[in-house]
Amino acid sequence: MTLLQVDNVTHSYSSKRLLRRRKESEQALTDISFRIEEGTCLGLLGPSGAGKSTLGKVILGLQRPQRGQILFQGHDLYAARIPRKLRRDMQVVFQDSYSAVNPRMTAESIISEPLENYEKLSPAEQRRTVAELLNRVGLSETDAKKYPHEFSGGQLQRINIARAIALRPKLIILDEPVSSLDMVNQTLILKLLNELKSEYGLSYLFITHDIKAAFAISDTLGVLEKGKLIELYESKNQFLTSSHPVVTLMKESILANHPRSRSLPTRTINR
Amino acid sequence: MSTDNRSVLKVKDLHVHVNSSQGMSTLVQDINFELEKGKVLGIVGESGCGKTVTSMSILQLLDRKAMTIDGSITLKGQELNGLREQEMRKMRGKDIAFIMQNPMSAFTPVFTIGEQFVETIKSHTAFNTKQAKELAIEALLNVNLPDPAKLLAKYPFHLSGGMLQRVMIAMAACLHPAVIIADEPTTALDVHNQLLVLRHLDQIRADYGTAILLISHDLGVIAEMADDVVVMQQGRIIEAANVFELFDHPQHEYTKTLLNARLQLPF
Repeated sequence: MTLLQVDNVTHSYSSKRLLRRRKESEQALTDISFRIEEGTCLGLLGPSGAGKSTLGKVILGLQRPQRGQILFQGHDLYAARIPRKLRRDMQVVFQDSYSAVNPRMTAESIISEPLENYEKLSPAEQRRTVAELLNRVGLSETDAKKYPHEFSGGQLQRINIARAIALRPKLIILDEPVSSLDMVNQTLILKLLNELKSEYGLSYLFITHDIKAAFAISDTLGVLEKGKLIELYESKNQFLTSSHPVVTLMKESILANHPRSRSLPTRTINR
Repeated sequence: MSTDNRSVLKVKDLHVHVNSSQGMSTLVQDINFELEKGKVLGIVGESGCGKTVTSMSILQLLDRKAMTIDGSITLKGQELNGLREQEMRKMRGKDIAFIMQNPMSAFTPVFTIGEQFVETIKSHTAFNTKQAKELAIEALLNVNLPDPAKLLAKYPFHLSGGMLQRVMIAMAACLHPAVIIADEPTTALDVHNQLLVLRHLDQIRADYGTAILLISHDLGVIAEMADDVVVMQQGRIIEAANVFELFDHPQHEYTKTLLNARLQLPF
């Protein structure tokens, strides 16, 4: 079943420059359409500045698009009234784990915030739920009282994930969730996201510029460039066989996994 | 002093401690390595292992009141550790350049690229503004940035991360330093810009014989660039080897873990 349907979304940012009469506008998204089926992950690839994060914001309901429609579980997200339940079914994890949390809140209060907003739990129940969530993302109950600065980037991203899954949502927008982590943590977080996906039947919109990370988690793929969705792929193989110039450039830019296959040929000094 | 003239940067028995109210704690210890002319030495390790502290201590950018740096750091035979700030300022940017991970925060937002570029050149040479500008334009052309004259009049926030990173490389390279320290130079960039930036770095290495200390957690970057690799964990060097040797026959368990953490693609 289709969980999210994005139809012909167009969005532009405009800026009024001081002392300039003409309004300048920049087309961030042009005529974007795609669907995400329940329990699947769409990997959205593209170079920086392609409009990936803008698209994420539009889907989250944070930025009303100038044109187009977003249907989440059949409801128009930008309709005058939407069911309250719709909001809790969509969560987000951002790239920068530190700026996504309040430095003056403990891990426990960070994770319980969505619970307080949507569920009436007794203090004991809430504490138990937080402990379960911490365990689920690979942290321990003793971490509940710690503050963000006491965690590493990888650990803090786990807390962000715990907060995102606290309400058992249907869709999580993952905006470069592993890009600022080191490789070991990247692999571990991707593994966790994969587990959570099959455990809770989650759907993801995985926004990234990292082809390897996208391949580790996505079922379907899309490539965004200069605000346009240039291609959509039903499978990773379709992406691999694509001959679109943007995709070819991306594939050619992937770094070697071993120095033997490095692309920089000579190691000499010219003078 | 080193008898081998190929060696440009030598770090010997480097220890860095931080003095806090709870006593002294060690950030890095027993760091020894040597960097040769025209070579690339990679430093790998997960976040928090001491990679950046090591590079900051080479540049003498750590807070000397709060931290103690023991050991010897020699650049072309000259001891850097404990050098007076005035002297160190003359070397930074000229003999030893630094490329940071986040180009957005490496520039000040209130001056144009040109003003910052020209200031760097003028503070190390006898050039006048016109000459400095010409050198800046040439350096920007060398890193394939289009229309350098126009670019100089722009502010940092007018440029994308990839372009700014190339400006920073142009700035680092234009005075032909003996050593460039590149701390995660491509982590903030997308795949294509990453490859371009690495190619430019290698070009500079080949053209001027600049030695590069390349700090990265990305083994792809290391595989692409490094001649030798140092693996760090919890403030210590646990393995040092030639890049082929390291990828083919990793000795330490931790190195094996790092290598296994590489994400694979089916092609």
